[in-house]
Amino acid sequence: MEKIATAGNKGKRVRSDCFVSLSLTTSGGLDIRLESKVKTLYGKDIEQLALDVLEFFDIKNAVLSIDDSGALSYVLVARIEAAIKMLMATTKNYLLDVIPENRFETKKDQNRFSRLYLPGNTPSLMINAGLHRPNGLILDLEDAVAFDKKHEARFMVRNALRSLNFYSAEKMVRINQVPKGLEDLDFIVPHGVNLILVPKCESAGQINLVNDKIDKLHAELKISRQIWLMPIIESALGVIKSFEIASAADNVVALAIGLEDYTADLGVKRTAAGTESFFARTQVVNAAKAAGIQAIDSVFSDVGDMEGLKQNVLTSKSLGFDGMGCIHPRQIKVIHDNFAPDATEIDKAKKIVNAFMIATEQGLGVVSLGTKMIDAPVVKRAQKTINLAISLGLINPSWREEMLAELA
Amino acid sequence: MKKYDKLVKNAAGRMVPTEINGEEQIPYMGVGKYIPTGHKFAPRISSCANYPADGNKTIGNLKEALIKAGLKDGMTISTHHHFRNGDLIANQIFDIASELGVKNLRWFPSASFPCHEPLIKYLEDGTINRIEGSMNGGLGKFCSQGKMQGVGVLRSHGGRYQAIQDGEVQIDIAVIAAPTADPFGNATGDRGPAACGLLGFALGDSQYADKVIVVTDNLVPFPCIPWQIHGNYVDYVVVVDKVGLPEKIVSGTTQVTKSPDRLLIAEMTAQFCDEAGIVKDGFSYQAGSGGTSLSIGIYFSEILKSRGWKARFIRAGSNKYPVQMLEEGLVDYILDGQTFDLEGVRSMRENEGHVNTSPFTSYNYHGKGNFASMVDVVILGATEVDVNFNANVVSHSDGYLLHGIGGWQNCLFSKCTILPIPLFRDRIPVVKDEVTTLCGPGELIDVIVTERGIAINPRRTDLIEKMKNSSLPMVTIEELKVEAEKICGVPAKPRFSDEVVAVVKWVDGTVIDSIRKVIEE
Repeated sequence: MEKIATAGNKGKRVRSDCFVSLSLTTSGGLDIRLESKVKTLYGKDIEQLALDVLEFFDIKNAVLSIDDSGALSYVLVARIEAAIKMLMATTKNYLLDVIPENRFETKKDQNRFSRLYLPGNTPSLMINAGLHRPNGLILDLEDAVAFDKKHEARFMVRNALRSLNFYSAEKMVRINQVPKGLEDLDFIVPHGVNLILVPKCESAGQINLVNDKIDKLHAELKISRQIWLMPIIESALGVIKSFEIASAADNVVALAIGLEDYTADLGVKRTAAGTESFFARTQVVNAAKAAGIQAIDSVFSDVGDMEGLKQNVLTSKSLGFDGMGCIHPRQIKVIHDNFAPDATEIDKAKKIVNAFMIATEQGLGVVSLGTKMIDAPVVKRAQKTINLAISLGLINPSWREEMLAELA
Repeated sequence: MKKYDKLVKNAAGRMVPTEINGEEQIPYMGVGKYIPTGHKFAPRISSCANYPADGNKTIGNLKEALIKAGLKDGMTISTHHHFRNGDLIANQIFDIASELGVKNLRWFPSASFPCHEPLIKYLEDGTINRIEGSMNGGLGKFCSQGKMQGVGVLRSHGGRYQAIQDGEVQIDIAVIAAPTADPFGNATGDRGPAACGLLGFALGDSQYADKVIVVTDNLVPFPCIPWQIHGNYVDYVVVVDKVGLPEKIVSGTTQVTKSPDRLLIAEMTAQFCDEAGIVKDGFSYQAGSGGTSLSIGIYFSEILKSRGWKARFIRAGSNKYPVQMLEEGLVDYILDGQTFDLEGVRSMRENEGHVNTSPFTSYNYHGKGNFASMVDVVILGATEVDVNFNANVVSHSDGYLLHGIGGWQNCLFSKCTILPIPLFRDRIPVVKDEVTTLCGPGELIDVIVTERGIAINPRRTDLIEKMKNSSLPMVTIEELKVEAEKICGVPAKPRFSDEVVAVVKWVDGTVIDSIRKVIEE
């Protein structure tokens, strides 16, 4: 009896995915058996693609069954390749071209209000995710993927990084906990990932291991792309070590907190008020700010409660967080609207920046607004608010001319 | 008798038969081009002297009623679909016909549902020659495989009324299942254990059929008020234990979609209508019962509320959301064609502003005007749209019949027709080069809203001008098609034989397209 390898998903509720089962045989050539709900429209394309993949891996005899529920090409080939690599050792990778829309890098301090988690092995949730305009899209290899699906999920995530249109959202991947997660890096570093989330981080050493592996892969492949790291603090120890982690390397751009695991670690219940995690949250914010990077809050898990989410965002913002995770696209708008500076904040920032500019223009050493003296950090913060408001389209880049015209 | 004959190319460039099931047909000539003359069809004269003076028309059972109505080979039997998938009567009619050895019937339902799949055996053994009405699921597949003895005919709700009124379809026996009726035959849908709201789809049948049988499980003493169906048209009243399955007739609750992708499309559609100036004080709209349409209605109501506006009327398919708007004073009237949930049924009983309508008032081609063209904006679905804005609602991209037309064709006459649709569904492109089946000509379809962009029909220069500076992603329909193919691949076309298995009628009774037998792999 030949060994049979399987990958993917099938069933009534499965969409945009496929289930493949493969056995390598010794004779009979390549036998492809396709069941597909799009057989009329794409049956021939799918069979041809499957043949290409098998031939690419120099497979001469095999039985490949595909039970397809409308999977796109990059999903089909991820499933087939995952099955092949369960049966044979090979260093070859079947790679589709990176779509032009995904050839972009991101900036260290770019806006990261929202980052949407997507299970790394569920293609149906990926297809339209970028259309909801999150700042970042996270393909999750960790908690959202069942243990026995970790292998196939890596091929899915790799192919998604190359072929799924992210619609300009930062391409993020959450790897498994280091050291296991280091193996994930082979599947994402060469394929255009912008930012890697390092879960359950408890030391600078883990960050160094990730960076060493990135450097090694870059050297092997003779490429050099900027890859940012966002460690996630999810334990009491992690909280204590948060500054060490935040300042472990130049490419650490943000420190996130994961409260489900943290409260479990403390042995307490996660409450709406969040008193139990107040220390951890403020500690993470403090460590991040001390290291000059962004602080990112945990997800809000009740996807039906938009008012609760709003309150949560306002609290986060008041504690100093710069963004938070989300688990449903409908959360994105609420997060953006409430992390964004409000009218009062913008108004105040305009006055401060204007006062600073007047002082500079007049060569004054001291900036003052009314009777109050304004310190440099306050000006800096106001300028940041203004920049953010411009980038969000809340005010015009020419706001000062407008303001002066109005005053005149 | 040949099933069909003499194919010609119609004004839409589609090959259609000019003879179907032995009857002459007129090929589609263009929108508003076919203007028949002469007189409407008239049913046989009846005389009240032939009916019991005490008004009691009850009769033992459905079989007896059908025999008395003269059921015989080749007749046309009509039913309505207000019980949707909870209908218990249509199948019984054909059980009885089969038992009596009657053959070659034409079934003329206002729509069929999966609960009617048991009728396939009667299509196979010749009890039923053909269905002239929507064919979904198993019935659609049966027809698409070329197994039906006659050629199927698909009509819109308005087109069905047109066919009844101009005599294209002459109904021999109309069986009207009614949630409540009196012995005289007055009937209503708004109360009773199987309450479905209204009975508008059976109105024309009651007025024009040769014999009319009302079937109810809730007989009340004369008079049954309101009398949505007038007993003066009715021959026999049959009382049964159960006329329908309430839980499949109306849902207790209607839910808006939770799908983020559909909500995105709904949000974009509402924003479009707002920016284009369509949503305004006193405006009117029609939105279907699907999740996306419901959500658009909710966005409309939020816009109205925030600006202190009020809509004049909603054309519906009603459910709890329009009802809520009516009761909150956000709309003056609901002009309701069919009721989808218990809240809709309740409101129809209780609210003066919740008015029942029929395909005559709303859609009829032989009326002196109809409501459909007075609606400011209508939100509809489609299985496919092509680069000329033509749309398909009856067949799947693999060629199989899938849906009925419903009121879809009739609604296209509104002032602005918007189709919010996904660009593709599970790799099946929705925007493509050419629709598999033409149901609605592109000249009547104004806007396509997809999650990846909004395309305005180039004929609507006014809308294009209004949306010039919009933040919404405005694109051309060709760009949408290219985007769909970039993501999904270029689809192959389904393979059809030459054999015509059904035709699609336009709202005026002309033949707009043919549906051919699918060649299965």
